[in-house]
Amino acid sequence: MIFHYALTHPMTQLTKDQVRHIAKLARLNLTDPEVEKFTTELTSILKYIDMLGEVDTKNVEATAQVTGQTNSFREDKIYKTPLASPDELLAASPLPIASHQIETPSAHG
Amino acid sequence: MSLSALTITEAHDKLRSKQVSAEELVKACIDRIEGVDGRLNAVVHTNFDAALAQAKKADKAGTFDHLLAGIPFLTKDVYDEEGVATTACSNILRAKDYKAPFDSTTIKRLKAAGAISIGKTNTDEFTMGASTETSCYGPTHNPHDTTRVAGGSSGGSAAAVAADECIFALGTDTGGSIRQPAGFCGCTGIRTTYGRTSRFGVMSMASSLDTIGPFGKTIEDLAIILQTIAGKDPLDATTGDVKVPDYRKALTGNVKGLKIGLPKEYFIAGMHPDVEKAVREAAKTLESLGATLVDISLPHTKYGVATYYVICPCEVSSNMARYDGIRYGHTVKDADNLVDYYHKVRSEGFGNEVKRRIMIGTYALSAGYFDAYYRQAQKVRSILKQEFEDAFKTVDVILSPTSPTPAFRIGAHENDPVAMYLEDVFLCAQPMAGIPASAQVCGFSSEGLPIGLQIMGPQWGEEVVLRTADAYEKATEWHRRKPNL
Repeated sequence: MIFHYALTHPMTQLTKDQVRHIAKLARLNLTDPEVEKFTTELTSILKYIDMLGEVDTKNVEATAQVTGQTNSFREDKIYKTPLASPDELLAASPLPIASHQIETPSAHG
Repeated sequence: MSLSALTITEAHDKLRSKQVSAEELVKACIDRIEGVDGRLNAVVHTNFDAALAQAKKADKAGTFDHLLAGIPFLTKDVYDEEGVATTACSNILRAKDYKAPFDSTTIKRLKAAGAISIGKTNTDEFTMGASTETSCYGPTHNPHDTTRVAGGSSGGSAAAVAADECIFALGTDTGGSIRQPAGFCGCTGIRTTYGRTSRFGVMSMASSLDTIGPFGKTIEDLAIILQTIAGKDPLDATTGDVKVPDYRKALTGNVKGLKIGLPKEYFIAGMHPDVEKAVREAAKTLESLGATLVDISLPHTKYGVATYYVICPCEVSSNMARYDGIRYGHTVKDADNLVDYYHKVRSEGFGNEVKRRIMIGTYALSAGYFDAYYRQAQKVRSILKQEFEDAFKTVDVILSPTSPTPAFRIGAHENDPVAMYLEDVFLCAQPMAGIPASAQVCGFSSEGLPIGLQIMGPQWGEEVVLRTADAYEKATEWHRRKPNL
């Protein structure tokens, strides 16, 4: 809800509550001293990047990628020798494996 | 001189003529790592047994047809390599060292050429940093002064090459991570055109900016490595279907008539006087070889870092979402539920710089802020790209320092992320345009630290970059100066 008002100019001073909210969206827990520290640091970064607002970008298209490629197709075929087997991929998991599936903590808590 | 100090071409000649075996070469690198890495912390995982076994095999075959056959190399710890730990120097992958069950395309191509992987090098966590100080293994020390950083994020690779712990190494460059450490350590390196080399199997940081590239002892060695790893890869849809030229053939030593741009925005107040002097002298050296120097202006250069620190964190916040403790990496035992598990795994696993970038990206991409930050940064990116395209209509290459100062002291930017970001002030605009740029030593400061020279070229223009860099190298002796370890 903190983000639900459209602003023409971003706020360059983050509040501690905003930092807590951002952390929650990013799936990070922050201790109170961390909230303090990141509020200061993130604000200093935002203040620096605010300079982009002074660039006149009227009639300038946004660039998302630089290769100029529009589509990149390859043949729709299954590799005869896969890069890795399902068992090898499962072995990388730190969680218990049961019937070729990874057992995670409950999604419903 | 130890065998590990050889260049690729020198080592190849000795292997071909049987003066040296691949096993001796690999052993020389292992000895060197064991001898000096305690002071450098450049190497974080080793692969010595497999390397020695492969060397014996290469000796038995004895052909050494490819220039890289039997040549030992180190790889930045973000390249997947079958059976070898790849941890991105992050606690989120370190707890149970992640071992990829497959090879990244670049490793696969090097192995096919017969090159021998001997281990992994230190990097800032997930390549986020300019000093390797964000690595969970601690910083790499500069071989020329161990109280100073080696640069970053590919600082381990740069230090390892400069200190002769390997013949060559691999790195990645998103916003300067090959060029800055190459400059700080006094070896060579090249950021390739975006899409020239495959990113498949290399852990992503900012997908629209990430490139992978080599470090070497000479420019010719970069040409040899690039020849082997460049080109279209069906497993990376962003690689370009553009012919890979013969890079070594481009190394004619001839720069007569070449137009070299000197952008005034890359010679700024506050830069170290030794850096400015050395880079201007390098320009004069190229002029004496027949090139023409042209003063140019790239007026939006000062927005490069700010543009980078919007686009990069936005892409980071997305790319880092995959580290959730389920398919690989860190885990915790006491989670109440899945969401709690994500929070605990990520909070324990990620370091502060990764958390900062994830949060900046999350903020900048959220409703109400998207246009002001991300969209605006993408538009400034277009301007930066256009500025380079316009410049390359009048000049062939652009020359600048890699960094405004030589290597800084470990801990110098500890509590100031913006000061650390500004270390890449000359290195953030090129990734926005996707253009190639090389780095090499062009002198030493009064304190004996290497000074880095950057040569930028147009998109897909690695040939002219390498030709210019090689001509300079052939005319000078700086690259021969070794650190006193």
